[in-house]
Amino acid sequence: MMSFITYLVNGISLGSIYALIALGYTMVYGIAKMLNFAHGDIIMVGGFTIFTAMSTAWCPVWLSVIIGIIVCTVLGVLVEKVAYKPLRNAPPLAVLITAIGVSYLLQNVALLIFGSAAQSFTSIVKNVAPVTIGGVTVSMETVISIIVSVVIMICLTFFINKTKAGKAMLAVAEDKGAAELMGINVNSTISLTFAIGSALAAVASALLCSSYPQISPYTGSMPGIKAFVAAVFGGIGSIPGAMIGGILLGIIENLSKAYISSQLSDAIVFLVLIVVLIVKPTGIMGKKINEKV
Amino acid sequence: MKLSKKILALGLAACMTVPMFTACGNDAGTSTDPADGGASDSTAEGGTLVIGGIGPITGGAAVYGNAVKNGIQLAVDEINAAGGVNGMKLVLDFQDDEHNEEKAVNAYNTLKDNDMKILIGTVTSNPCIAVAAESAKDNIFQLTPSGSAVECVANDNAFRICFNDPNQGTASAQYIAQNGVATKVAVIYDSSDVYSTGIYEKFNSEAAAQGLEVVAAEAFTADSKTDFSVQIQKVQESGAELLFLPIYYQEAALILQQADKAGLSIKYFGCDGLDGLIDQLGDDVALAKGVMLLTPFAADATDDKTVAFTTAYKAAYNNEVPIQFAADGYDAVYAVKAAIEKAGITDASISASDLCDALKTAMTEITLEGVTGTITWSADGEPTKDPKAMEIVITENEDGTKTGSYAAL
Repeated sequence: MMSFITYLVNGISLGSIYALIALGYTMVYGIAKMLNFAHGDIIMVGGFTIFTAMSTAWCPVWLSVIIGIIVCTVLGVLVEKVAYKPLRNAPPLAVLITAIGVSYLLQNVALLIFGSAAQSFTSIVKNVAPVTIGGVTVSMETVISIIVSVVIMICLTFFINKTKAGKAMLAVAEDKGAAELMGINVNSTISLTFAIGSALAAVASALLCSSYPQISPYTGSMPGIKAFVAAVFGGIGSIPGAMIGGILLGIIENLSKAYISSQLSDAIVFLVLIVVLIVKPTGIMGKKINEKV
Repeated sequence: MKLSKKILALGLAACMTVPMFTACGNDAGTSTDPADGGASDSTAEGGTLVIGGIGPITGGAAVYGNAVKNGIQLAVDEINAAGGVNGMKLVLDFQDDEHNEEKAVNAYNTLKDNDMKILIGTVTSNPCIAVAAESAKDNIFQLTPSGSAVECVANDNAFRICFNDPNQGTASAQYIAQNGVATKVAVIYDSSDVYSTGIYEKFNSEAAAQGLEVVAAEAFTADSKTDFSVQIQKVQESGAELLFLPIYYQEAALILQQADKAGLSIKYFGCDGLDGLIDQLGDDVALAKGVMLLTPFAADATDDKTVAFTTAYKAAYNNEVPIQFAADGYDAVYAVKAAIEKAGITDASISASDLCDALKTAMTEITLEGVTGTITWSADGEPTKDPKAMEIVITENEDGTKTGSYAAL
């Protein structure tokens, strides 16, 4: 029983990181109707920024994370402006290929600057002893990952539903043309979406690199793909769906490693995805869209 | 709109040119231009023999590639300073493969264009298997310093310096059982990697023969090699006294860090892939305290051969302590030298294929007193030598930081 709880807690921790990344995918898809495959590499850039900031002696941890968030936000908006905005009316396939191109560009620039060897990342909560709750030992990184993710998700839900900018996002997601007619600035709303998604990616990178203390130019690619799966799993375009999808994915991954086979865990994760999509093609929280004739 | 497109185009063009320049820079830095060797032709009456080398100079396995390259270069320089081999000067042309099969084959083709006569490489197993197929086709003599998968030397033109994977697994099980290190053993291995599974399978069968109990065998794959919390917990629950890690050092570092957080205290035992663990752990180096590994070379051993090699290596490479891979590369060059002398080859203009035929026979007739032990070879390309076990010890510096080093057990 104890071990089951530990597997579960570790799964939730891993899943909450997936959820943070999945939020970036799902928000951008919901509003710009595009799959931003460069999102995983924004995480990597965030990780390297924090890594570089922390290795300078004067920079405290909190400041490093803030620098990471700023760099990622600026990068996210910049990528949108340079690579995606000119293609706003292009076929979806062209935008998809551009996103993959941006992903490789970021990866290769990081390879040039940092080399491809994995470097040792210093955890943002270094030298904090693990906590024991009712006989279950949980590392500080796990606790922080879960708390930070929950807080961010609550804030984000509040932002989307209660503020003017958030409501503008919802309106753009619903109908871009109508939103524009109502006086909403569509371009700046899309930029804001990219900014928030990238800032979340930076937070995810701090948590990811602290839990698994290594960083390389490929750090973002696998979590990026898993988070994309989580977003589809939960229903792409839906914010609560991304959270639920991410956390479920983390739990399924860890439990299948623990009780079925440590080799087959990835296969099982994708099998679950296929089953969910067969039963409910729009994902767990996805909206069913009726085509009007 | 027009202007922004131009700026974008310019930016993209700049991005494309940057890698081009650095690629050129890499070439100049990592390989010795054969043209330089050409200038010394007049001094060596037998001509200049180009030795090709392939290994990861950049990338995740760069620690191994750089060590091998340095070891080879040191031996080549020593041999040339002492007058060469049978009057022939040696020149090293070392190419980067980034631990990637395709790049290794490309590097091999480049080396063939550069008039390579003998190949020392490649450094890591998977690329080595890919290159071995090519070198067998061309009948070029191949000696891998550290490619440990069985298939690396499957062809009769290929030999190796290091142990093969199964031998490492067998020797590890024997060492653990015979020295009473533990009786209950857990294993974490990479099921997507031929090196790791090769060792694991032999370890598993030898463990049974030696009376060891393998209480947990957990795997991971290349796609999920960051989160080990489940594997570690299963090891913890299995009641194992020792965790055997037949994997590379990056994942081993993550396992040590996560095991520490999970409160697992256990003995660790690994093979030559753990060489590099100390650097990878960075600030957490203290976690490596007491990690045992099976490797045929220890830089702090006190025999004359090792002391001479370590001193020369430190002098040549900025006081860096040589790891096992450096010693493998160094021994490879001396093995080639011994084989050339045995075969009585004196003219570097011999074709690579003729040279290969001569060396194939000569390799089985030589005995090399190398820094990784006294080695003899059989016709299947496998070396015979004794393994040594080592332990990582941690010393505290005056400023409170810690340094790791290897000590022979």
